[in-house]
Amino acid sequence: MIEVREAVRHFAGRTGLFSADRVVRAVDGVSFNLESGGVLGIVGESGCGKSTLGRMILGLLPPSAGKILVDGQDLGVLDRRERARLIQPVFQDPFSSLNPRQRVREIVGLPLAAQGALPAAKQRELAMDMLARVGLPDAMADRFPAQLSGGQRQRVAIARALVLRPRIVVCDEPTSALDVSVQAQILNLLADLRKELGLTYIFISHNLAVVEHVATEVAVMYLGRFVEHATADALFADPRHPYTRALLASVLTAEPGIPIPDVGLGDTYPDPANIPSGCRFHPRCPMAIDRCRSETPIPRSRDGRVTECLLEA
Amino acid sequence: MKPVLEIANLRVGFSDGTAAVRGISLNVLPGETHCLVGESGCGKSVTALSVMSLLGRGAKRSAEVMRFHDRDLTRMSDREMARLRGDKMAMIFQEPMTSLNPAYTVGSQMAEVLERHRHVSRAQGLDRAAALLGHVGITAPGMRLSQYPHQLSGGLRQRVMIAMALMCEPELLIADEPTTALDVTVQAQILRLLQGLQRQLGLALLLITHDLGIVARMAQRVSVMYAGQIVESATAEALFAAPAHPYTQGLLNCVPIPGKTPRDQPLGSIPGVVPRIGAGFIGCAFRDRCTHATTACSGDIPRRSVAQHHETLCTMAPS
Repeated sequence: MIEVREAVRHFAGRTGLFSADRVVRAVDGVSFNLESGGVLGIVGESGCGKSTLGRMILGLLPPSAGKILVDGQDLGVLDRRERARLIQPVFQDPFSSLNPRQRVREIVGLPLAAQGALPAAKQRELAMDMLARVGLPDAMADRFPAQLSGGQRQRVAIARALVLRPRIVVCDEPTSALDVSVQAQILNLLADLRKELGLTYIFISHNLAVVEHVATEVAVMYLGRFVEHATADALFADPRHPYTRALLASVLTAEPGIPIPDVGLGDTYPDPANIPSGCRFHPRCPMAIDRCRSETPIPRSRDGRVTECLLEA
Repeated sequence: MKPVLEIANLRVGFSDGTAAVRGISLNVLPGETHCLVGESGCGKSVTALSVMSLLGRGAKRSAEVMRFHDRDLTRMSDREMARLRGDKMAMIFQEPMTSLNPAYTVGSQMAEVLERHRHVSRAQGLDRAAALLGHVGITAPGMRLSQYPHQLSGGLRQRVMIAMALMCEPELLIADEPTTALDVTVQAQILRLLQGLQRQLGLALLLITHDLGIVARMAQRVSVMYAGQIVESATAEALFAAPAHPYTQGLLNCVPIPGKTPRDQPLGSIPGVVPRIGAGFIGCAFRDRCTHATTACSGDIPRRSVAQHHETLCTMAPS
């Protein structure tokens, strides 16, 4: 369904008048396939490029190199309306992603209006139908975003994303701004809608416990690349890449009596404008050997999983 | 053991009529981590700010008891409070970028703490700052002293905040969501650091968080806040093993535990939203979201003891 081939996105920026150009390699050669109906969880630390990749899959950022295909069709050749019928986003912050001056039914109806061709009465009907599906009572339709709670706003954002009946939804940290009790409501809603409407999700999150719960497969991103990509079961049961292991170790589950783990990553911080030679993870890797400093690992496929680590060979 | 911080019946209201904190009582013992846990708007940060006397104008605070050791915080003047704050009582905030001064170097703002409270020279202040930066795991502390906050990563900034809070060897440290703005890997490092320092220095730590994972791993005692009240308080083991209040039970069901929570089943969730509570509200604030609610929940709710050191504010708790 989604096919990403060596997708690259670089940003150029000058830091000062006389300094050299700084190139941020936000996404630096990502490839994957995602089957229809799957949920690909993308995890990684802030700055690893996961949101940039999400925006590329949405068609909001053209790749600097490489290709993104949906159903065999290059995303770059689709026009905006076609793309909107295929892929829709749900963003992190329902406070800034909804127009504060529009009523809920206008917000949800806007994608339909932008497509043109539909009579206003039909637009209204479809919008109201979708609001009901995401669990918002009719009375909410005439409210403004400021009159809604965070969870209700996120439901509006989901209704807006689904009103065109897209096949793919890119969820970028959809529950990070919400309280835990509301987070669970939204995750359950997303799971129900996927089953009902046969959706495919790209689910970007820094919260591994959440990703484990919703994803069918998981990609771990580090400095613009997938360092490990496997089914959710395999990745959580048997993480192979040292970075994946460190990430999993740092999840603090609500189980008392277990000490806080020593993740062993040191305090060097990854900088996408200054990617280390060899394996890009080597300065933080607790298992790095000399080879890791000079030799760039290539992705290796085995048992349906891909790992990018010299020690895996 | 005598508590370092003792609070009884603390109330905070705002001029718009909101009752943010509605009569909470808690003690923090020396060397203990006490977690105050709850969702946004439950009043946990307001509690911390009122202990530090940092509430803005328009907030009204009252308490039967609010003591730091033997000193009555409710009767202190602003000047006395300013002397205590940053000295024996220190606080760490969530977002280190907004709580560090961007216009001063790390060394300058750290040294200032010691200059103000201990009246030492700048050089002595900088020496102590360098030593503490090393202590919180910052390599090359000498170089960091001359850097500005924007030159540091989020994790380093939070380490600087912690080091700064330790400048005067506080006995009570209040940490308000100290790792919420950080990546999970950095969060684990910072919490390990806090736990190590707390054990080593015998700090009393009041840790405010919404994250039950942090509570489970850090707390000896837990107070669960909802709509301005402590609805349950217990030791960490007791709270996770046998939560008594329906809100606590609901919260625990909402968080997936990798490998334990079944993946193809919905998560537990709490319907509805946190209500807005005005002055004069009577009854259980959770009743509209609670599946066990009865008519008794609209009346006065007794605080009951479930077991030793385990209390809950609920009508259905076993008596």
